[in-house]
Amino acid sequence: MPEQRVVDADYLLLEAPRERKFITGAQAMAEAVKRANVDIAIAYPITPQSEVMHLVGDIWAQGYLKDYYRAEEEYGAMSAIAGAVRGGARAFSATSGPGLLRGLEAIASWPGHRIPAVLGVLTRVVNAPLSIQPDNVEISYLLNCGMVVLHAENQQDVFDFTLASFIISEKVDVYIPIAVCTEGFFVTHAKGYVNMTPEDMKLPPRDPYKAPVPPTDCEIPPARIQRDAPVQKSNFMSYLIHAVWQQEIWASNRRAMKYIYKYLGGPIEVVNPDAEVFVVASGCAAAQGREAVRYAQLEGLNVGLVKVKSICPFPVNEVRQVLSKAKAIIVPEHNIVGWLAKEVKAAIPNSDAVIGGPRVYGGMTLPVELIMEKVYDAFGIKKEKKVVV
Amino acid sequence: MPMEVLPGPAGYIPTPAAFEGVELPAPGKALLHGKIVDEELAMREAAKAMLTRRNPTIFPGPLVLWGWNAGAMEKAKAVLELSMEIPNCRIIPMPDYRPKYPKIDPEAEINPNHPNLTILHNKIEACIFVGVHCHYANLSLRMIRAGTNCFTIALCAEMGHEDAMVSLRDVHAEEIRKFRDVLVQVRNELGIKWEPKMPPENPSLPKEEYQTLSVLDYGEYSYLLIPRRGEHVTETE
Repeated sequence: MPEQRVVDADYLLLEAPRERKFITGAQAMAEAVKRANVDIAIAYPITPQSEVMHLVGDIWAQGYLKDYYRAEEEYGAMSAIAGAVRGGARAFSATSGPGLLRGLEAIASWPGHRIPAVLGVLTRVVNAPLSIQPDNVEISYLLNCGMVVLHAENQQDVFDFTLASFIISEKVDVYIPIAVCTEGFFVTHAKGYVNMTPEDMKLPPRDPYKAPVPPTDCEIPPARIQRDAPVQKSNFMSYLIHAVWQQEIWASNRRAMKYIYKYLGGPIEVVNPDAEVFVVASGCAAAQGREAVRYAQLEGLNVGLVKVKSICPFPVNEVRQVLSKAKAIIVPEHNIVGWLAKEVKAAIPNSDAVIGGPRVYGGMTLPVELIMEKVYDAFGIKKEKKVVV
Repeated sequence: MPMEVLPGPAGYIPTPAAFEGVELPAPGKALLHGKIVDEELAMREAAKAMLTRRNPTIFPGPLVLWGWNAGAMEKAKAVLELSMEIPNCRIIPMPDYRPKYPKIDPEAEINPNHPNLTILHNKIEACIFVGVHCHYANLSLRMIRAGTNCFTIALCAEMGHEDAMVSLRDVHAEEIRKFRDVLVQVRNELGIKWEPKMPPENPSLPKEEYQTLSVLDYGEYSYLLIPRRGEHVTETE
């Protein structure tokens, strides 16, 4: 392990030199953790979702993390993350699919407990029937927790989003967890080029006193919330306390947006902003959408792409502005419920322009041709379908 | 267009200002009624509120009440100096954030789970939050705006608070003294005569007699001081 020196977070994220490596998405996430000055990682990695927590175990063995252990199961892992973070540590875990859902009760309590943890979500099918294939329906379960949810398109995004999330989540006006999601297999197991910051530089350590709540919630008054009776139990409590507490979590979620602009270049990326028809996509569907835009341009069709990096907070104003003149909006997704299409429809006034699809799920790939069929429909172009024997 | 953050009562469950376009100011700036303004202007409006509205009160939180570092102690001194310059100012502490059972003594303390009880009982129409952790300050500020007509001022050591009528950021002892000077200037401009003096003692808190203090005097906290069965305490602070 090289000697790592602490550098300013803005320098590391925005200015430090980068070295190009050809690595998997799982390696990209572990490489980001390596540079994030993480105190502890706690794992119950559902197998074989991704190698992330195995790789993080390796870098712990090399000395990059202070502590690492395998919890008894996902609920235990996510609860232990809460304890570690409330005790002042910078903590990381990763999970997916059924593992995510098993830990969800603990995860959903993180924002309310002001837990600035970073969670890798490497998506796979939610049972049943049992499967280990990629499908990102699980992201929809995270969207109402209050946490920030980022969706990475490729290995580079995985590295950048993960590293930046440690800093964004610990901002005093944010201070809620961030889920960095990407597709299992398609991104985690495939290799891509990643420009990475130097291995001998790391983020400053977490300062637990720079916080909107007292740093410990373990045994010491006045900081306890877990062990006190429910806030509404007394006759002299107002139900409003829980309401304003929830409001505070969602206000914090919105405040994260300015840091998403600063460190991730904004919540969306737009290709061909003057297009008539847009593909709006997130995660690796955005990569296929990008390819569809290239196909369309080769055929002289005016198609653009909106890649949504931040699912929560959802960039309502940005999406509304870009899509204000769109004739049709195609939303390809890797799930059956179409959670992104719902978000887009809710954000824009011309929601009938949204074409909810194409959708693939259960581990199916998303061929560009499938998106192109919707593009042709949007332009009123009829193509003959041939049966290939 | 961001909403205008005005004294309440705003209603049953008002929308947070952060949902309505109010954003926290950059360093050197402040929030006045939800708008980003120069710090000086915000200080003057805060001073006017504390000088002209009924029962001005300072609510110091744990970050200044407990002398946990030199900065906190200096800040606490500055808060006292500020309170001395506000005519008939009271200090009601927010010593911790735990819900109070069976009921709070609203003359002795304020609590983020039901801050409106203290505000309404004491008919407080202008107040300053200082040294309260941001999360709990935001809860309090929203509940106060919901159910009372109190003009809220947040002297925040971090980035500020959207739901306060006046919110200053990066406030430490030096900035509190600067605010005190602005307040004295505004007081003179308004022609208010006042000789600086300490706020009244908190009426509900008995004087602590350290010679006769027993573990049981710590009430619900006493179990933290009494060693558990089999526990051998070798080190104390």
